[in-house]
Amino acid sequence: MSSTTTHRAAAAPRKIEQTGQQKSALAWLTVPALIFFVVFALAPLVGVLVLSFANWDGIGAIGAAGLENWSSVLSDPGLYNALGLTFLIMIVSWLVQTPISLLLGVFTAGTQRYRAALAVLYFLPLLLSSAAVAIAYKALLDPNFGLAMGLGLPFLAQDWLGVPQLALGLVIFVIAWQFVPFHTLIYQGGVRQIPKSLYEAAQIDGAGIIKQFFHITLPQLKYTIITSSTLMVVGSLTYFDLIFVLTGGGPGNSTRILALDMYLRGFRANLMGPASVIAVILVVIGLVLALFLQRLGGKDKQGSQLEGL
Amino acid sequence: MSTVLRSDSKTAPATPPGHSIKAKQSLGSRVRRLNIPGGLGGWIWLAIIIVPIYYIVITSLKTSEGYFGQNPLALPAAPTLENYKLVLEANFTTYFMNSVIVTLGSVIPTVLISFMAAFAIVRGRGRYLKFVNGMFLMGLAIPLQATIIPIYLMIIRLNLYDSLLAIMLPSVAFAIPLTVLILSNFIRDVPNELFESMRLDGCSDWQTMWRLALPLTRPAIVTVAIYNGLHVWNGFLLPLVLTQSPGLRVLPLGLWTFQGEFSVNIPAVLASVVLSTLPILVIYVLGRRQLVSGLTAGFSK
Repeated sequence: MSSTTTHRAAAAPRKIEQTGQQKSALAWLTVPALIFFVVFALAPLVGVLVLSFANWDGIGAIGAAGLENWSSVLSDPGLYNALGLTFLIMIVSWLVQTPISLLLGVFTAGTQRYRAALAVLYFLPLLLSSAAVAIAYKALLDPNFGLAMGLGLPFLAQDWLGVPQLALGLVIFVIAWQFVPFHTLIYQGGVRQIPKSLYEAAQIDGAGIIKQFFHITLPQLKYTIITSSTLMVVGSLTYFDLIFVLTGGGPGNSTRILALDMYLRGFRANLMGPASVIAVILVVIGLVLALFLQRLGGKDKQGSQLEGL
Repeated sequence: MSTVLRSDSKTAPATPPGHSIKAKQSLGSRVRRLNIPGGLGGWIWLAIIIVPIYYIVITSLKTSEGYFGQNPLALPAAPTLENYKLVLEANFTTYFMNSVIVTLGSVIPTVLISFMAAFAIVRGRGRYLKFVNGMFLMGLAIPLQATIIPIYLMIIRLNLYDSLLAIMLPSVAFAIPLTVLILSNFIRDVPNELFESMRLDGCSDWQTMWRLALPLTRPAIVTVAIYNGLHVWNGFLLPLVLTQSPGLRVLPLGLWTFQGEFSVNIPAVLASVVLSTLPILVIYVLGRRQLVSGLTAGFSK
């Protein structure tokens, strides 16, 4: 939040006091949005917890299941495979995407025209749907008619979708391909808000470019890094479409992340109860991670950082 | 008095924070020094992005002889639009129209009701509005995937299963938190004096909202409309779970079926990928400045 906004927000209540009556009348304006949000986002959150204790095949009647779903899912090695993969993809994606988007963000924050043009092109992958990206990559990976032969790099002609490790690596690469541009944009905005005077002072003190990056740019981007990481980490729980179309969770279960595991259990195996258990786990992980990352930003900053999301 | 106030402060919103000319000039002199490593990395990443896109486009223009016979990255020897024709004849227009309906039917209500909520949150006060705002902020962390089973159940119970409306309702709900957040950040930047002078002129809150806040928030509205539109247009899970009939498929789902139908005809599959992206590309080209500057402001405040 810019400093001017904070001042204004702080000054506002005093002025409004005179018109208190009028102001409270505004509350009804939130009602339509609230109804949509409560019915289709908040209630399902409660619903999924209830369904995790129910027996339902997706079509017939819903019965009580007690703790059965929970004990069956928690004792299923498939859950731990999915959990491990979810965290693995999350961590490796963060390690791959953050440095790239940070550096590209710093780079594109410059004002030369060609950088602006590059930034336009960087945005293109975000326009494609995950389904389109997955389908396109399948064609690209064709050992005979895809990129490998076109680029004259035969080592790229692998059975990418048939070998577990390769499929996993591919998934991480394609995710980076699609989402690095978005985070680049966030960092670009962050860099543009760093006061120029800091760099001038550093230059007078004789600090080189690398020193400036580590002592000014990086610390100044702290909250941008947290915002981007939060979006990245929480978003990684939801890479469903891409993996569903690209690998379908295979080969074997080598790319079957939690969200996909939930879909396959619920809508393919018709086990909505166990699928709901997975969904609850997904929600808990998402909330815990989001809160943890906000904490990194310090307690006072929590509110404004959430707003920064 | 009121007219003075108005003409004074009307200039303020014309230069949103971070966009002043001064800031731009000063940045140029600084960042130019990072050129060499940054430039190298920038161009490498460009290649990583562009080569696949180039491959998709040229392959979609190839005949099957061209696809099987040529170097995959060579320009088509005999470019053809046959693949596009094939795709357009195979239900593409139905999928396209469904996507248009779902996108407009989600984005328009989202922006409208979120704008009203954002206006109330910024301009009103009291515990209720604080609570609502807090709830929307919390909503940012709810993953759509995790709620899909109860949504499926609810849509069945509402007798909406296998309809386009079934996709729109949850799409609106999940777009509200971020939309309210971005719009309220922008409305907060409107100087209080403007609202005061509207009130002195005898305008009701309702009039102030539509005649003052709405026009001044237009850049943000364009931003959130494009951003949400992109999301709904590309949405896959909700249509996959909530519809069934081929006649109700939206584009991403249609692509997925094309992939099965034309599995031996890769150029046709890629033509459908290109076609499905074209409308969003056109909108991006038209609204790019708006979208990028709006998102930058919305995400990195």
